[in-house]
Amino acid sequence: MQLNNEQQMILDGSQGEVMAKVMKTLVMYGETFGAERMVQVTSDKGHLVTSFGLSVMKPVYSLMQQLIDAGVMSKQQFSVDPRPLDKNVPANLLQNIVFKVMYSKQKQYEKQLQSMGLMSDDAFTCTCYMDEIGNKPQQGDVLSWAESSAVVYANSVLGARCNRNSGIIEMFGSIAGCVPYFGLLTDDGRKASWVVEIKTTKKPEAQILGSTIGMKVMEEVPFIRGLDQFIGNELNQQVKDYLKDMGAATASNGAVGLYHVDGLTPEAVEQKDALIRDDAKVYVIDDAELERVKSSYPIVWEDPSATPKLCFVGCPHLSLSQLSEWTDRLEKALQAAGRSKVGLPVVFTAAPAVKAKFELTADFQRLKALKIVLSDICPLMYMNNPMCRNMPVITNSNKLRTYTTARYCTDDEIVEAIVKGGLPS
Amino acid sequence: MKTFKGRAVVPGTAKAEALVSHSGFNTLASFQKSLMSGDKEATCSDQNNSEIFGKPMYGKALCLPQTIGSTTGGMVLYCASALGQQPACLLFSGPIDSLAAAGAILSDVWTDVSMPTVDNLGTEFLEYVQTGKTITVEADGTVTVE
Repeated sequence: MQLNNEQQMILDGSQGEVMAKVMKTLVMYGETFGAERMVQVTSDKGHLVTSFGLSVMKPVYSLMQQLIDAGVMSKQQFSVDPRPLDKNVPANLLQNIVFKVMYSKQKQYEKQLQSMGLMSDDAFTCTCYMDEIGNKPQQGDVLSWAESSAVVYANSVLGARCNRNSGIIEMFGSIAGCVPYFGLLTDDGRKASWVVEIKTTKKPEAQILGSTIGMKVMEEVPFIRGLDQFIGNELNQQVKDYLKDMGAATASNGAVGLYHVDGLTPEAVEQKDALIRDDAKVYVIDDAELERVKSSYPIVWEDPSATPKLCFVGCPHLSLSQLSEWTDRLEKALQAAGRSKVGLPVVFTAAPAVKAKFELTADFQRLKALKIVLSDICPLMYMNNPMCRNMPVITNSNKLRTYTTARYCTDDEIVEAIVKGGLPS
Repeated sequence: MKTFKGRAVVPGTAKAEALVSHSGFNTLASFQKSLMSGDKEATCSDQNNSEIFGKPMYGKALCLPQTIGSTTGGMVLYCASALGQQPACLLFSGPIDSLAAAGAILSDVWTDVSMPTVDNLGTEFLEYVQTGKTITVEADGTVTVE
């Protein structure tokens, strides 16, 4: 890799041993992928994936302290994934005790994040690109982000440029102010090697469609055709929310960092079929294929017929529109069933700034009346608690299903379960 | 016995028993439980990967096509290394992905652990190698399956 004078001097130790190791890591990372140079990070802010003060992740906090002690700080402010804890989310005494032990490093780690450049005290969300948060990159911006769902959204829906960086690597890019030029940063790396043709009879469930695509194309770039017949050609809020949820599933069930949607996402609109490689493979998704994938999800509850004890909606975090839509939908379904409140504990999760804005609306009062909890935590971090793993938890998130024992249900199934307080039929 | 030649992403030598995943290796899902519980055997907790679910990963020659899933992946591998729960080596049939590369490089630069990492071993490598076989890794990226 050809470094400029400043980068070479840093690598040689001009800014100290720790900073040299940061640069060495980035250089090795880039050379692995054939990067010939570094490019400047041009986004206003970064985004880190590691938000949790998990006691067993000591190596991360030691490394952070090494950086801070050496005066090696981020050149840009950043947001970070959601916090793990909220006393409003239902948990029994034993679970709460374990939470306290598990996340005993939380306060200490948040201090480290503040020292490193955290943009604000409530910048804890996986959906940092939402308008309320203040970390929305522009098309063409070069990012040093991690968090698979945020990276795939920024690349695909916003047209920014970011590799699927790992935790720590993304922070090193923000510290150095540069990232190696390869993969999804390059024009060639953004071309599609799969054409996915949607031939379903109805609008696919976003989370199952994303999972289906992710499992097939893995880390490659898909160009999706046929989705416009169901979601249209306008990138409005509802469509952005659909793509947010679909993208998160492509990234967690596979390793997708960028997808294009014909006639919809920015680069697909601008470049059309020129984005597709000549030797691109074709994958047809119909109703049977979606059903095949859904039925392949293992149910890992100890008792598969157990009554759900908790339901999470909001992984990735819900938008303001989604909060209103879900409130409306559940209210109507409960009214139709002659019920005034949910039949099992339900937690909606959203970014702190989105939550704060929603709490000012009349919809929030309706949500409260239904006895739904609104929180800003990461449901995955809740489920990490060994005392929660054996709980029968349901979710409409394919990401949460992938990483935890939570059981996946479609949106319709979630509504049915919440209304009747039991598993959907 | 068969020998394969790959690219040494992180050069080093190792001799270990193979643990093979033919599907994408979800790093977070695989190490999550062992990191949480302090399980030194690093028992794989990825319920979606029936080939290696429930099997110890510590000290094994992890043979895989690529890693998938959360972008905590590299950090998780780094933590596994720093906590002494790492595989003996990482062996990829295809080109290494960005998360696995990050984990291998972070382990190399920021810990004292040796976790040689070789990619581009070819699809035949994954077709040939079986869990339990003895693997030898040389610093130039040569991998022998006994």
